[in-house]
Amino acid sequence: MSAAEAPAAGAPASRRGLAWARRRRALAGYARAYAANRGGMAGLAALLLIAAAALAAPLFIGPGDLSITDAPGGRFDPPGAGAPLGTDAYGRSVLDLVVWGARISLTVGFLAAFVSVALGTLVGVTAGHFGGWAGNVLMRVTDWFAVLPALVMAVALAAVMTRSTLTIIIAIGVTAWPATARVVRAQTLAVEARPFIERARALGGGHAHVMLRHVLPNVMPVVLAQTTLLVAEAIMMEATLAFLGLGDPATVSWGGIIQDARTAGAISSGIWWYMVPPGVAIAVVSLAFTMCGRTLESVLNPRLRERQ
Amino acid sequence: MTAPAAPAAPDQPAPEPAGPVLSASGLHVTFAGRGGRAARAVDGVDLEIRPGEIVALVGESGCGKSTLARALLGLVRPTSGQVAYHGRPLDYRSRELKRFRERAQLVLQDPSGSLNPRHTVYDAVAEGRRIHNGATPDEQERVAEALSRAGLRPPERFLLRYPHELSGGQRQRVVIAGALILDPEVIVADEPVASLDASVRGEILRLLMRLRDDFGLAALVVTHDLGLAWNIADRIAVMYLGRVVETGTVEEVLSAPRHPYTRALLSVLPEAGQEPQVLAGEPPDPTRIPGGCRFHARCPVLASGRAEAAGVAERCRTEDPGPLPAGGAADAACHWARAQAAGG
Repeated sequence: MSAAEAPAAGAPASRRGLAWARRRRALAGYARAYAANRGGMAGLAALLLIAAAALAAPLFIGPGDLSITDAPGGRFDPPGAGAPLGTDAYGRSVLDLVVWGARISLTVGFLAAFVSVALGTLVGVTAGHFGGWAGNVLMRVTDWFAVLPALVMAVALAAVMTRSTLTIIIAIGVTAWPATARVVRAQTLAVEARPFIERARALGGGHAHVMLRHVLPNVMPVVLAQTTLLVAEAIMMEATLAFLGLGDPATVSWGGIIQDARTAGAISSGIWWYMVPPGVAIAVVSLAFTMCGRTLESVLNPRLRERQ
Repeated sequence: MTAPAAPAAPDQPAPEPAGPVLSASGLHVTFAGRGGRAARAVDGVDLEIRPGEIVALVGESGCGKSTLARALLGLVRPTSGQVAYHGRPLDYRSRELKRFRERAQLVLQDPSGSLNPRHTVYDAVAEGRRIHNGATPDEQERVAEALSRAGLRPPERFLLRYPHELSGGQRQRVVIAGALILDPEVIVADEPVASLDASVRGEILRLLMRLRDDFGLAALVVTHDLGLAWNIADRIAVMYLGRVVETGTVEEVLSAPRHPYTRALLSVLPEAGQEPQVLAGEPPDPTRIPGGCRFHARCPVLASGRAEAAGVAERCRTEDPGPLPAGGAADAACHWARAQAAGG
């Protein structure tokens, strides 16, 4: 009896410890596979650099630097000692603007991607699990959202609601989810066909148990990769909306800078340093997220890994 | 909530009489097929599983035995007829079904697929208990106890393993431990050893028999292997094209088979010592069940003229011998066998 009790008493702590050790080992394996992919590492390095710059921005950009009325530089100074990337119509340093803009662009990108992935996962798992009548209705709704032109939909939403960053996040979030829903539903159907789902049902597990304990952990890798890819899409969408003048006018974002450059006549007067840096920033961040997403996808999906 | 405790009381005295734990009566399961042709996977079955008894359900693939097993567990809803648990018809409302599933467990053919690859052995075994009792402080002891009852000793060595780190036999023991943790009255095992090595098969079968002997567990073992049925079962039901065509104790059925189909199945066993009898005709198709006796198109007795000699050939072609009653007596749904029994 004492022999039986000893492991029972001593085990919980070690059980949790061991489980964590296993998880760490699995993560280390994924990290090694990820590190072997050069594109993924380049994307990750670019993202870390940009994120660090965005986070540290308040340390070297004072409130006066971004003020329209008392910015330090002159009007349209070309790149030089004072401002490495020149200045805009109000004398603000374009470099400062781009770094500051990263804060909004990344925030909107992450939150919008999160909203749309959460929505897509919810719809996808539900449609895949219940199938039949309810699943069909959900997928028809998804189809309906998928065929709506996302930009037009987002423009309409952003125009109707108050102009704020939150509006942009919601507008992107509710238009970008159908792709996730389809991917997650397909994965759910594949998982539901496996015998352990039948075993869980025979054990007495209800819909919630099957969906949360069995389906969700098995679709999570797909969801994670999908999220990373969607962040790039959301950043582009945010820039587009801001360029169309639907962003929050009180904040600095990359799309907004290009829009300001256009209205200030930078294109016709050849002031390239006003437009190119934010454009390049958008392209670099989107590319970096896409590279990270593709690499994650191939690391987390063993079938893709085998093909390489 | 006192709901889980209250119904347990009427459940407890019920096993005392030797009434069946699980029974099917007039069970039909029909699947809508492509092109509007319905597949009658289970076509009128009466079957009883009594406490402490292992019943083998034997038949070739596609005869509906897995569908019958799933219908008995409420995983497939019958088109007509009913499944009864301790004489009470199964209630398909989710709360009632959940309570029933605490008492009746499923073991599947493929132990690798029936364990979630992302769950440890501990999670897999504790799953049923968490569903029905929530997380209790004695959970770990119970998991360890279930593992050792299923023959995985010492249990501590297995708790944190993942399914892919275990052998096929160990995985099947984990699945069985996951069923045992709920102290079920009956286990339905669908081809429990078909995907295992011959050396491991014996161990799993001995485990099932020991569970019957030590804990009075009833079991329905679905198999296509008559030798396996011979080794572990008390009673046997031979199924052909959605219907039980012969039942009886293992000795009755396997040493003195009456139905030509059972005879044909037995003749191909290596130890049968007789000329293997390969059945002619096309394999059975549940979307086109022939009229008359459903076996008549492939029946060697009818083909060889012995049915003609016994004067039943016409009935074989036109008259359905009907489903067999669930009672214990040995019986075969065969005009010729009945004529032989009446004549001799």
